[in-house]
Amino acid sequence: MTATRTELVPFDAALETYDPAMGLEVHVELNTASKMFCGCSTVFGAEPNTQVCPTCLGLPGALPVVNGKAVESAIRIGLALNCSIAPWSRFARKNYFYPDMPKNFQTSQYDEPIAYDGWTEVTVETDEGPRVFRIDIERAHMEEDTGKSLHVGGSTGRIHGADHSLVDYNRAGIPLIEVVTKPILGAGKYAPLVARAYVASLRELVKALDVSDARMEQGSMRCDVNLSLAPSGSDVLGTRSETKNVNSLRSVERAVRYEVERHAGILDAGQKVVQETRHWHEDTGVTTSGREKSDAEDYRYFPEPDLVPVAPSDAWVEELRATLPEPPAERRARLQAEWGYSDLEMRDVVGAGAIDLIEATISAGATPTAARKWWLGDLARRANDTATPIDELGVTPTQVAEVQALVDAKRINDKLARQVFDGLVAGEGTPEEIVAARGLEVVSDDGALAAAVDRAIEANPDVADKIRDGKVAAAGALIGAVMKDMRGQADAGRVRELIIEKLS
Amino acid sequence: MSTIRLSAAEIAEKLAAGEVSSAEVTQDHLDRIAAVDGDVNAFLALDGEGALETARDVDARRAAGETLHPLAGVPIAVKDVVATEGIVTTAGSRILEGWVPPYDAFLTRRLRAAGLPILGKTNMDEFAMGSSTEHSAYGPTHNPWDLDRIPGGSGGGSAAAVGAYEAPLAIGTDTGGSIRQPAAVTGTVGVKPTYGGVSRYGLIALASSLDQAGPVTRSVLDAALLHELIGGHDPLDSTSIDAPVPPVVEAARRADVSGLRIGIVRELGGEGYQAGVRARFDEAVTLLTKAGAEIVEVSCPSFEYALSTYYLILPAEASSNLAKFDAMRYGLRVGPHGVADPSAEQVMAATREAGFGDEVKRRIIIGTYALSSGYYDAYYGSAQKVRTLIAQDFARAFEQVDVLISPTSPTTAFRLGSKLDDPMSMYLQDVATIPANLAGIPGLSLPVGVAEEDGLPVGLQVLAPAMADDRLYNVGAALERLLLEQWGAPLLSKAPELATKEATK
Repeated sequence: MTATRTELVPFDAALETYDPAMGLEVHVELNTASKMFCGCSTVFGAEPNTQVCPTCLGLPGALPVVNGKAVESAIRIGLALNCSIAPWSRFARKNYFYPDMPKNFQTSQYDEPIAYDGWTEVTVETDEGPRVFRIDIERAHMEEDTGKSLHVGGSTGRIHGADHSLVDYNRAGIPLIEVVTKPILGAGKYAPLVARAYVASLRELVKALDVSDARMEQGSMRCDVNLSLAPSGSDVLGTRSETKNVNSLRSVERAVRYEVERHAGILDAGQKVVQETRHWHEDTGVTTSGREKSDAEDYRYFPEPDLVPVAPSDAWVEELRATLPEPPAERRARLQAEWGYSDLEMRDVVGAGAIDLIEATISAGATPTAARKWWLGDLARRANDTATPIDELGVTPTQVAEVQALVDAKRINDKLARQVFDGLVAGEGTPEEIVAARGLEVVSDDGALAAAVDRAIEANPDVADKIRDGKVAAAGALIGAVMKDMRGQADAGRVRELIIEKLS
Repeated sequence: MSTIRLSAAEIAEKLAAGEVSSAEVTQDHLDRIAAVDGDVNAFLALDGEGALETARDVDARRAAGETLHPLAGVPIAVKDVVATEGIVTTAGSRILEGWVPPYDAFLTRRLRAAGLPILGKTNMDEFAMGSSTEHSAYGPTHNPWDLDRIPGGSGGGSAAAVGAYEAPLAIGTDTGGSIRQPAAVTGTVGVKPTYGGVSRYGLIALASSLDQAGPVTRSVLDAALLHELIGGHDPLDSTSIDAPVPPVVEAARRADVSGLRIGIVRELGGEGYQAGVRARFDEAVTLLTKAGAEIVEVSCPSFEYALSTYYLILPAEASSNLAKFDAMRYGLRVGPHGVADPSAEQVMAATREAGFGDEVKRRIIIGTYALSSGYYDAYYGSAQKVRTLIAQDFARAFEQVDVLISPTSPTTAFRLGSKLDDPMSMYLQDVATIPANLAGIPGLSLPVGVAEEDGLPVGLQVLAPAMADDRLYNVGAALERLLLEQWGAPLLSKAPELATKEATK
């Protein structure tokens, strides 16, 4: 039974009466070449049902075999989250019927996950400055993804009202790691920010481990948000709701905020929160009721008899521990110091997802200042305008360093550099080739420049007089005219010198 | 002269010597099938053309001087639970009617690679649930000894096909006795190898932790030859044992029990076992003693709980294994009656209602219940603990003896229909065979004579420790030879002649 609709309580007001508790479940799709239990390809975006075999289609008689690379990734994620790695863990069958589940059970891990009892830390900007929140990790376990249902003919794309459904099993069997936090308590009004920061840090971590693309927009990283409220100071948890598939960082923050407001409304009205699954609506920013969980679905878990236990040796686990990259927070601090960025600058870099790009640009020869100028300026704008991930613009760190080198050599200026980026995005070749093909090189021939300066002086006698009278600041207008005459392909500094020379 | 009464080893010899061709041998068996299978109903599907094609190919390769597998050209029948690319595979169920697998099971690949013509697919209890083959959706198989009686189950089709000379070799699967009990009641030889000894890849799963494929033949040596061919490691089955096949053929040829210690399990015999079954078993024990074996009585107290344990673990695993039959991707699809615009769930339910037989539904319900939250520990959890106790009983027994023996089945073949309304009594057929599946150890059944009271065959079961399958063959072949000396001819020669219809060529 869904509770009668109640008013939302504004977030700040809700926090005066209640403490939120959160639990975050994040599914990370691994970037292994083959699926969790068979040899099928995992490449995203293939023709439907072309990456399937007897095993991932659940044909009678077919059997699973564990993908060793996926186990390796699971262990590395576990270690990076400071988890204990189980010396012996098993897969289990989670039984339920659904058309996109080939076997009508999902091979997952239940009471014997491969990694358990870990923690991580996130930093959140608070009224009192940056504050570190510790997130305890309950477990990280391996499982397989389901196929994808496409509901055709309805207006909403949801099953309700659809005329028929299609199922693509390419995704069925793709390896997933589910990372589950312990209840996150005490975040108070920062709960939405903490949730967001945690998911962001997990995304950063799996990318640094190179075990997942972690593209929330493509569904290769998906977050379920569990939330409950308890009266302030109470040590008993309230009834939770589970909001499914919250698939962007911004949505994680908004969903937590919305659920706090919704729960507070229900509790203030003296009603009971229903334990249920809820859907997040990106467009309207609200959640709506999904399945009710009050009669606790029974998945009839039991150990998967088709698979033998996963028993990683201590030596292997230690070997994998040695491959862990520098923890993202430590790496950020180190790079910030090396590059001499302010806290604010560094935060912008991290926020833009440009840390790797800037690092690579600097190692290709650019200064930290120049690298940041391009990636957070012109290139970030392009990414934003075209809704393209910044690392997919078609501009590489090496090219950015090359462009900056051209600027440093005064062969182009910053304005012309933007046109070089246009060319790079359009795939017109290397920066050098683009400069040549587009004729962008600044004119360094003093004869041509002098002629243009003469034309400008002649056309603007008043301005010329002012400069002759010592008002050097007026030179700007003449520089502008010359630059226009030269179609921007002049070194403004040199133009200025020539003007002053001629008029003094 | 027809080759149908020859053993597989004899056929192989004649093929190697060029005395007969595989095409002739295969045709002989197809003729036999045409002549008697109308009465026996051992086959659900025939692939005469495919079998002859393989046979001719083997003949040509032999003529070209190629080195061939010893069993190349010897035809075989395959239980319908095994995936065979291009040949309909139904597992005896309506829900898979007409399903043609797009892939071969591991053992099918082995058979094809070795050049064994596959005659067709044999009848079975639906999804291997049963001990009489009466639960087949396609009608029961009849026992060649008496067409009014059951051929055992679930692999009644394979045992009857071999017993009726329709095939010299067959593949069976054994989850709780489905190879051994049919062998016992049809006077044939059947072996369940060590769990993990033969890949399960491509066997339509009943209970994953119990299922095991193995040979069904008319002689112990033939079983060893087939076992050697289908055994060994398969990386596509995680539970497959990564070790060489035990030396089963060598053991079958050795056939020497002198100095061996053979244990009789106190709990597998006596009360509940038919008098004629006990008499033949006791005679066999005497023969083994005379041949120099030392007979020791051992006790396995936990066996008392084997049947109840089995009937929790099997339905639990089966309820999950059979969930894939949902009308979404293959097999039967039935729309619910009187529903204009059915949901996927309604189609699933209607299909499963129409496609599964009563015994299958019974076990799905039991298994679903046993795994349900709140009951798991009491049922499935406890069953797994008892399973460990049973394995410990075996381990202790094998500290004292080299092999264990018992009657394979408490009774000879019962009449068709006589136990259909009494599942418990049907389940009791497997009381002696189930412990081996629960412990993962190998077992062999061979014929030891007919019961005086009904003239029907009696089987004796030999059990050995895991991966000591060769001991089964040594003891089985020794006893087989001792009995043959006594009888002068194989037991099957005492079976009444089946009426034959003129083959329609």
